[in-house]
Amino acid sequence: MEATARGHADAAGHDHGQQPTGLKRWLTTTNHKDIGTMYLWFSFIMLMVGGVMALLIRVELFQPGLQFLEPDRFNEIVTLHGLIMVFGAIMPAFVGFANWMIPMQIGASDMAFGRLNNWSFWLLIPASLLLVTSLFVPGGAAGAGWTLYPPLSIQMGMGMDLTIFAVHILGISSILGSINIITTILNLRAPGMTMMKLPMFAWTWLITAFLIIAVMPVFAGAVTMLLTDRHFGTTFFSAGGGGDPVLFQHVFWFFGHPEVYIIILPGFGIISQVIPAFSRKQLFGYTSMVYATASIAILSFFVWGHHMFTSGMPVAGQLFYMYATMLIAVPTGVKVFNWIATMWRGALSFETPMLFALGFIFLFTMGGFSGLVLAMAAVDVQMHNTYYVVAHFHYTMVAGALFSAFAAVYYWLPKWTGHMYDETLGKIHFWLTMIFFNMTFFVQHFLGLAGMPRRIPDYALQFADFNMISTMGAFGLGLSQLLFLYIVIGCIKGGPKAAAKPWEGALGLEWDVPSPAPHHTWETQPQVK
Amino acid sequence: METYLKTGFINMTKQARRIGLPRLLAVAVQTLFCASAEAAYEFNFQQPVTKVAQEVFDLHMWMMGICAIIFIAVFSVMFYSVIKHRKSSGARPASFHENTRVEILWTVIPFLIVIGISWPVTKTLLAMRDTSNFDITIKVTGYQWKWGYDYLNGEGEGIKFMSVLSTPEDQLSGKAPRDANYLLDVDNHLVVPVGKKIRILTTSNDVIHGWYVPAFGVQQDAIPGFIRDTWFRADREGVFRGQCLQLCGKGHGYMPIVVDVVSSEKYAAWVAEQKQKLAAGAEDPNKVWQLADLMQHGQEVYVKNCAACHQANGKGIPPAFPGLDGSKVANGPVSEHIATVLSGRPGTAMGAFGAQLSDSDIAAVITYERNSWSNKTGDAIQPSAIKAARH
Repeated sequence: MEATARGHADAAGHDHGQQPTGLKRWLTTTNHKDIGTMYLWFSFIMLMVGGVMALLIRVELFQPGLQFLEPDRFNEIVTLHGLIMVFGAIMPAFVGFANWMIPMQIGASDMAFGRLNNWSFWLLIPASLLLVTSLFVPGGAAGAGWTLYPPLSIQMGMGMDLTIFAVHILGISSILGSINIITTILNLRAPGMTMMKLPMFAWTWLITAFLIIAVMPVFAGAVTMLLTDRHFGTTFFSAGGGGDPVLFQHVFWFFGHPEVYIIILPGFGIISQVIPAFSRKQLFGYTSMVYATASIAILSFFVWGHHMFTSGMPVAGQLFYMYATMLIAVPTGVKVFNWIATMWRGALSFETPMLFALGFIFLFTMGGFSGLVLAMAAVDVQMHNTYYVVAHFHYTMVAGALFSAFAAVYYWLPKWTGHMYDETLGKIHFWLTMIFFNMTFFVQHFLGLAGMPRRIPDYALQFADFNMISTMGAFGLGLSQLLFLYIVIGCIKGGPKAAAKPWEGALGLEWDVPSPAPHHTWETQPQVK
Repeated sequence: METYLKTGFINMTKQARRIGLPRLLAVAVQTLFCASAEAAYEFNFQQPVTKVAQEVFDLHMWMMGICAIIFIAVFSVMFYSVIKHRKSSGARPASFHENTRVEILWTVIPFLIVIGISWPVTKTLLAMRDTSNFDITIKVTGYQWKWGYDYLNGEGEGIKFMSVLSTPEDQLSGKAPRDANYLLDVDNHLVVPVGKKIRILTTSNDVIHGWYVPAFGVQQDAIPGFIRDTWFRADREGVFRGQCLQLCGKGHGYMPIVVDVVSSEKYAAWVAEQKQKLAAGAEDPNKVWQLADLMQHGQEVYVKNCAACHQANGKGIPPAFPGLDGSKVANGPVSEHIATVLSGRPGTAMGAFGAQLSDSDIAAVITYERNSWSNKTGDAIQPSAIKAARH
């Protein structure tokens, strides 16, 4: 924040009129950099909140028996951990990157709708407060899992209503943000910046924004039906009144599956920019990358049933969803091959962003393989709702989304702050995260294969050893992120001066503006040849 | 369709024979890592005891083999590049950035691999879902937080019982050492004969539960208001354990499934024994109970069915689970108390016990609730009153 404040001061020469300072500046700002900064800090705070919840879960599962959390409290923490990490940590982090970087990357002076941008950030605050405070209302938070399946979610106390309201607000925030991103990319590109010259990060975000607009209203509809079932006598999800509990699962996963691509696609974009930068070579197969991203997004609408293989759908349904799901492996594979072909015969160096990008490719591929295993409907019947699924989606969301977010932070920090971060500490952060991540989640594959159900507070003795290892890994993983905070703060406060283009092989308009990026950039649009 | 399903099944066994190598590998890995029989389960699926579970096991090993090959191929290229194409060792970047032939090739090859994978899975799936030609049908009902079993037809028709976690309280609280079947033991096991096709119908009384016996390769959600089906045919005798897999509230981790697979002789003996018990237990609805007997039986029913939420001391865990000690329901009109227990309270965690408990159980537990802790109504509710209230 300080750095952008300084950037602001530097740019004061061509500021128009008076700018508010202090808290009022942050409340009323319409500057994409300020808003991006707020998104990123918000997301980091939520990562810590959700992370503490993860550690509470892990400490309870350290050994058999109930030590710290009653079963109801355990379910509440599990639910909030999921909701906060998805909607509070990961999604806002990528919106933060989009705010900061997309205007600079496409040669626009700001996002298309400044006030809307401000509003979509500030909506996050009441939503996250609703989620966190629901822990303290009578009856506690929603304890039905982040999937909120009825009839269990119908049984919950008022914490559930707060969650529903929070989801509505979060949905509005994401939709407004997406409209802004789409409008910015489609209309504010610099002359000569044709669609097929867009940086991959902008491309993946454009596609993601369409996904968000398509599915967030669906989720809002699903939770609204829950709300009316709970309070206004409707029976959408109750067989007693002619409804069907499985209807909720269909509607939820019609949102939920595109949602996982909403989480990962911007990460793909970041990796597609970091790998070429540190390979000193252009991205291999740019066109096929764009098409692969679009195919993944389109296919994501046709695979939701694979979350419901055990709900009793007809075998024809299982077969359809199985084939469609496996098909996603093809464009995803293309992406991985393209990244590796980009590195092939490049001149590689391994600064922290590159390390996280390599870690991403390596671990995300493992998550992809476990996804393929789960896609085999017959095999999924034995794995669904076990720890194998927990391991799978943490490989894609932590080693996928979170690793790509770390890569982005290290890649762009010099641009944001005007300083270089401490490279040695960055590398230590990477290796600690890499080791502890695998220690936490790799063993969970074995727990799942052996049949340990997810979302249980206590377990049979045969699962004890791996749970103990996993908990120790989780604490290492959590504590390593304090080092990340230390590195970032250190970089904001000082450090070697960063050049406008601190990375030798980096490509893109953002490296043509000085570091730190002044408060206003590209007031005169650049010409792209 | 029928013949298609059958041929699918037979082809798959040939397929299973062809993929012997992964199975060998699996056994090698298991013997390598496992010291005790208990730990033998830890790195992979449980030992399959049905043909379907065996096919699933083989498919998984086969898939792991394919993944391993692709993984090694792809990442040896990446790590070769990481080692050889370093700037620090003087590498100069090439300038190529596309190659249509290569790009088409690595789109088409994965597509073919995916088709190759789908084929055997399809066959196993079709076999897995074919519930025709069964010998015995058992309806499984999920309750918060126990399972109910009804033998609907086949040998043993008419048998029904509830199956509740039997891990002792002092093991749960850690006061006593935990045994090998901690959290995996129930009072009444589901008993089935070996080699017979058992069709399982699942449904639920309250929220969605998941009936799961990994050794059989069976998992089926139990959905309130709907019936779903699955099946298994166990190849060998033994005791097999699973757990509820669908989050169903605070007792989700405490509703295991235990299946005894026994010889047909033993099964026949078990059926006879159960029938005898049922006959002996058939109640005389007009029997008049003494208050002390009702209280004694009522306490047993309460501990098994009510104490998880309302607690043994009657204080509950408000506000989700209200206390009964001094409550309006337990001290108010009897008819309302009976109605609550029989039909539950929609929209709350209070389930309907009318279908789970007999008239005398309900009479006893209501009597117990109305005369325990600080509740002193003096009411002795008779089974006849419950019977009347049911109509």
